[in-house]
Amino acid sequence: MNEEIFKKVTAVIVDKLGVKAEDVKPESEFGNDLGADSLDRVELVMALEDEFEVEILDSDAEKFAKVADVVAFIEAKKA
Amino acid sequence: MGKLTGKKAIVTGASRGIGLAIATKLASEGADVAILSTSVKEDLAAKLSAELGVQVKSYACNVADSETVQNVFKQIIADMGTVDILVNNAGITRDGLLMRMKDEDFDAVIATNLRSVFLCTRAVARTMMGKRTGRIVNISSINALHGQAGQANYAAAKAGIIGMTKSNAMEFASRGITVNAIAPGFIGTDMTAAMDDATKEKYAAQIPLGRIGKPEDVANAVAFLASDDACYITGQILGVDGGLNA
Repeated sequence: MNEEIFKKVTAVIVDKLGVKAEDVKPESEFGNDLGADSLDRVELVMALEDEFEVEILDSDAEKFAKVADVVAFIEAKKA
Repeated sequence: MGKLTGKKAIVTGASRGIGLAIATKLASEGADVAILSTSVKEDLAAKLSAELGVQVKSYACNVADSETVQNVFKQIIADMGTVDILVNNAGITRDGLLMRMKDEDFDAVIATNLRSVFLCTRAVARTMMGKRTGRIVNISSINALHGQAGQANYAAAKAGIIGMTKSNAMEFASRGITVNAIAPGFIGTDMTAAMDDATKEKYAAQIPLGRIGKPEDVANAVAFLASDDACYITGQILGVDGGLNA
């Protein structure tokens, strides 16, 4: 996993979900572990789009279960 | 101190009629106001700023056009720093009996009166979501509730606003954003001035409070729904109609 992308994703998650950076792990699930509801997910996706300058379709975002999924998606987009 | 001191408001269709009264009222309660209209009204903005001691700035915006709304709202939010209040007031009429109503007349009214509410709300949603607070007030019409011969397009758009108001209220509630609508009755504006005197007299006679409404009557209700006093009210349709819908 790309550490730099993970760090940036973590920063966005901390900002949007109001969680602590140390609680954001690659295996953290957005719903169960990070307490994100459907609106949080939308805000998060929009913030990720801005941060990484990528477009994230709803069909892609639906597959984001845990933090590692997002990092892998961004990695693939940026590759 | 006004009850909206320090708030940043956006009012669409604000160059005249009910929209102008709303912008004036919000400004008189201490809010900085971005007034949107089809063309820039710098003199009007300067006059309101000077008279009311707040920042009022005019922006030209075709509220039915997605890209324009995105760009103009981005500029406004950058200029004001944020947005606390959105009043979706812009509206037009293209009255005509249904059998003779042209496609363009139907589409234009839906675009300006209904699509605009979607576009402008979406353009402020992210900022308000982030702030965990916000006030959205949509101007519907009594004709959304009653129906009016010759206004299939207008009544449909205004009824659509009611559905959108309730849905958006549900969607934004967890973020402290309230969304309400006002359904004005017969209000004396340029829009209603186009009606013939006989029609106007017929209406006035039916109003329990005995007079045609003033734009300020609507503006006062908007100022209340936009204030902190209305923080526990959302998804509501408030009639400002002198009792016409009682």
